[in-house]
Amino acid sequence: MQFSENWLRSYVNTSLDSDALNHVMIMAGLDVDDSHPLGASFSHVVVGEIVSIKKHPDADRLQVCDVNIGDKTLQIVCGASNARQGIKVACALVGAKLPAIDIKEAKVRGVESFGMLCSLKELGLAEEAEGILELSHDLKNGSDLRVALDLNDQITTLKLTPNRSDCLSVWGVAREVAAISASSLSPITYEVNPIKQSEKKNVHIEEKSACPRYCGRIIKNVDNTKTLPDGIISRLERSNIKSISPIVDITNYVLLEIGQPLHAFDHDQLQGDVIVRFAKSEEPIHLLNDTKIKLSKKDLVIADNSGAIAFAGVMGGMSSSVTERTQSIFLESAFFDPNIIAGKARAYNLSTDSSYRFERGVDFANTRLALERASSLIIEYCGGEAGEITEVVNALPKRNEIHLRLKKLNAILGIEVPSQDVERIFHQLGFEISKTIEGFKVTPPSYRFDIAIEEDLIEEVVRLYGYDKIPSHHPVSHQAMLPSSGASQRDLKEILISRGFYEVVTYSFIEDEIEKLFHGNSNPIQLKNPIASQMSTMRSSLWGSHLEVLTYNLNRQVSRLNIFEIAQTFQGAKKDFIETEVISGLSYGSFMPEQWSDKIRDIDFYDMKAHVEGLTSKPLTFKRSDKTPLALHPGQSAEVFLEGQSIGWVGKLHPKWQQHFSLPKAPLIFELKIEILLQDKAFQYEDISKFLPVRRDIAIVVDASVEVDSILDAVYKAKIPCLNRIALFDLYQGKGIAENKKSVAFLILMQDTSKTLVDSEVDFSVSKIVELLEKQFGATLRN
Amino acid sequence: MNNLEHTLKEAREDFDQCQSVTDLDQAKAKYLGKTGVLTEALKSLGKLSAEEKPKVGAEINVVKQDVEEALEKRREAILNASQAKQLEEESLDVTLPSRKEDQGSLHPVTQTLHRVESLFHSIGFSVVHGPQIESDFYNFTALNIPESHPARAMHDTFYIDESYVLRTHTSPVQIRHLEKNKPPLKIISPGRVYRVDSDATHSPMFHQVEGLWVDQQVSFADLKGVIEDFLQNFFENKDLKVRFRPSYFPFTEPSAEIDMSWKGGWLEIGGCGMVHPEVFKHVGIDSNQYQGFAFGLGIERLTMLRYGVQDLRHFFNNDLRFLQQFI
Repeated sequence: MQFSENWLRSYVNTSLDSDALNHVMIMAGLDVDDSHPLGASFSHVVVGEIVSIKKHPDADRLQVCDVNIGDKTLQIVCGASNARQGIKVACALVGAKLPAIDIKEAKVRGVESFGMLCSLKELGLAEEAEGILELSHDLKNGSDLRVALDLNDQITTLKLTPNRSDCLSVWGVAREVAAISASSLSPITYEVNPIKQSEKKNVHIEEKSACPRYCGRIIKNVDNTKTLPDGIISRLERSNIKSISPIVDITNYVLLEIGQPLHAFDHDQLQGDVIVRFAKSEEPIHLLNDTKIKLSKKDLVIADNSGAIAFAGVMGGMSSSVTERTQSIFLESAFFDPNIIAGKARAYNLSTDSSYRFERGVDFANTRLALERASSLIIEYCGGEAGEITEVVNALPKRNEIHLRLKKLNAILGIEVPSQDVERIFHQLGFEISKTIEGFKVTPPSYRFDIAIEEDLIEEVVRLYGYDKIPSHHPVSHQAMLPSSGASQRDLKEILISRGFYEVVTYSFIEDEIEKLFHGNSNPIQLKNPIASQMSTMRSSLWGSHLEVLTYNLNRQVSRLNIFEIAQTFQGAKKDFIETEVISGLSYGSFMPEQWSDKIRDIDFYDMKAHVEGLTSKPLTFKRSDKTPLALHPGQSAEVFLEGQSIGWVGKLHPKWQQHFSLPKAPLIFELKIEILLQDKAFQYEDISKFLPVRRDIAIVVDASVEVDSILDAVYKAKIPCLNRIALFDLYQGKGIAENKKSVAFLILMQDTSKTLVDSEVDFSVSKIVELLEKQFGATLRN
Repeated sequence: MNNLEHTLKEAREDFDQCQSVTDLDQAKAKYLGKTGVLTEALKSLGKLSAEEKPKVGAEINVVKQDVEEALEKRREAILNASQAKQLEEESLDVTLPSRKEDQGSLHPVTQTLHRVESLFHSIGFSVVHGPQIESDFYNFTALNIPESHPARAMHDTFYIDESYVLRTHTSPVQIRHLEKNKPPLKIISPGRVYRVDSDATHSPMFHQVEGLWVDQQVSFADLKGVIEDFLQNFFENKDLKVRFRPSYFPFTEPSAEIDMSWKGGWLEIGGCGMVHPEVFKHVGIDSNQYQGFAFGLGIERLTMLRYGVQDLRHFFNNDLRFLQQFI
């Protein structure tokens, strides 16, 4: 809601300056989004009249003007082609300060010039201008231009919350300002127009609850080609409303002034009575903005015998719109139920000043007043004869008495508001109020659609009493355990950070194709209204987003990247969406930051495996799987298990995707569900043996395809006596070992909890192990 | 000079010649070994008379001790010299850079979330979470924003289908928590939220933290105190001014915008208000028995102010040069 502050001040008599006025509005809940002086500052510019004009003796393009500025006539040289005798102009006097120049006495090609005739651009009132500004003949020569054009004005823009429809007009804002600053308010001036012609429309309201009040009248013999006075046009301009035609401008003016949307139909285009009804299914209408839409049965229309002529509360129709040729109008002022209009404009991608107000609530007490006000203005400036008003009134919205208990008021606010203040506040706001034992009975006025319950009244009280008068009651602390999920998530993050990873935050949406082909989700969750096509689908994995981060950084000369993120992934479909919290990481480039000492190699699977293992103190197992995700290299990836449950994957990016993303090297990635990872179980301490373990090493040769984990599993399962631990310490393939074979060396720790082992016992166990390996894995003992 | 004295002098000279422990051991053998000069001298004592024996014996032993002493002295000198050499050889340029791993860092948004969680935790709020794909009911209806309410236009909503949206605020977590828990309760709910908007100050995904305190006597004055304390602690500025001005949210009444003093003006930092009775009604809480407040703060906004980040998009570009600054 944008308007001229001077217009506002014409209704409310306040001594507050602009800043103070804005402050009281802000502190009463009318958020001032912007407030700036109109145009640039300039001084010593007056209204002048070119009384005579002649060619400059020495310059073809210049003219010498005699300009009357009231008490005297100045000689001024001017180069504008539109300078001519008889026009009124903006005359900058010697000493004037314009945005770009200061005016001094000058000789222009030998002719003395005592000032300058200005264009809108030179006055700082427009970006571009052709020729000098031509002023209305009504302006008095010599009068200060700022005063004559009402330029000492401030443009105010309010960002109103949807509950305050009562402030969607200049007069409405004035009423509010009067209430909050206890100032006096001037009423809207209007007259009851005398009936000069007898024709009147019959109006049939078929949907009584949708249209509780409808007023309309015919005005004959109007002239829609007249010019409105500058005052009206400039107020519209300052509200950012484009001038269209005098009749439309007047309806817009009254809309801004009182907040009542009006519509003028070309009466000669209407056929028969006016009907307010719901549209028929798929009923077509050609709107004023030249769009053709098909309405639904929920949309309210104004119709005549030919069909819908206006989308009620939203926009008029093209066929009955007023034009230059219009001679008679049917002027409508109605009140439509906000619930009927709400959302209707949006459903067709429309937003109009009318629908914006109707869906928030228009004062149903002003329907007739606004019609009379607009009629007066039309008749004054466009001529015409008013007919009788047809008014149909159905059940208007009720304004119920609401009980306000002082005890409740004080409990909610945490202070005691004096009873007389409460009473004063509601008087100022124009609410009806009467005392009760517990407090007051309060009835809101017709223009307040947002007051229904006791709490609404409490807000009104505190709004005017002052939020800043409520003391801040500082909290007293209590003991509470941090919820463990929050803390443990932090732990996971700290682990990866200490391993050199940077946490990233990426969007939860991703390109549909990546979701389908890279994440392998054939049934993705798609947004109906994505912001961009590459953000159209909810991701089921963070990998796609992390590759975007990698690409972004590689394009900025980064060659090594370790990143991770904890976020939700999304799966499932309608009503059964599954959100899974995962921790996902990506490592790219060298194993260590580039440095002088050790040989640098690229990160590999086993480095990433270590990062994954580092996330938990519990043992993880890694298994090859035939259901490897599409993103991963099938030979360098593993499914990760924790206590028998699959919790995710780790591996190298599939070469196909490395190529797809144009990556010089393949990153290692992992993604684990964190719910299981974070499950905390109390563990039991195990006694430490007094006897030292005995170590034996064995090296065996097996087929290259044998997985080391399967060897270890088999040995542990065999329950070898006194075996404490068996672990891989060397792996060799190459010279001396047959192709397709590998040499693996294990260290074996043997221990007894009750005695020191003797060699024979150790030898026996080792031989058992060797025997098992020979049998199960075709192993041969090396050396 | 008798023989013994000569032997001692000779031994000292021999030892001083030695440059290594091995050489010294060889030199030692010459005097103290099985066939060494002094060993032999002692062996020959048997040939002496009973009177001479103790006297000569004593003389030899004195020299032997002196030789041993000289030997040990030299041994120590050799070891010291070789250790000094080792130390010199092994000395490093300690100013060379270490083989360090990157420091890693928490994303600034997470750092803010942790601060927020810690501060509210310190006054007894616990952290709860809710889904990001939210039903129309929880995101709007239960929060007193019925269908086609103009307030819905304030939220540029991402739709999945007719009845599911990406949550536009963290407020639905209030409802979910109130449905399952009885007052008194104090919770905050941080998390990702979504709006159809993208420029330097709007992101289609951002973070909010929702707060809710419901008890029998929690008032607007408590709300002001909690928010004021929080902002002053968060920004570590006890002089930070906080202003509450009337606003409108369908799920609170009275409602307020929270402004804080910033660079000579006021800056909007969040919204808050007393929980609307309609909200309590949806979750079956008697609003005559319980009352409370709710608030919502923008995490990115807090982060931008704390670190002076100008462009919201930095948070989601994840440029390494940006992330590395938040170690």
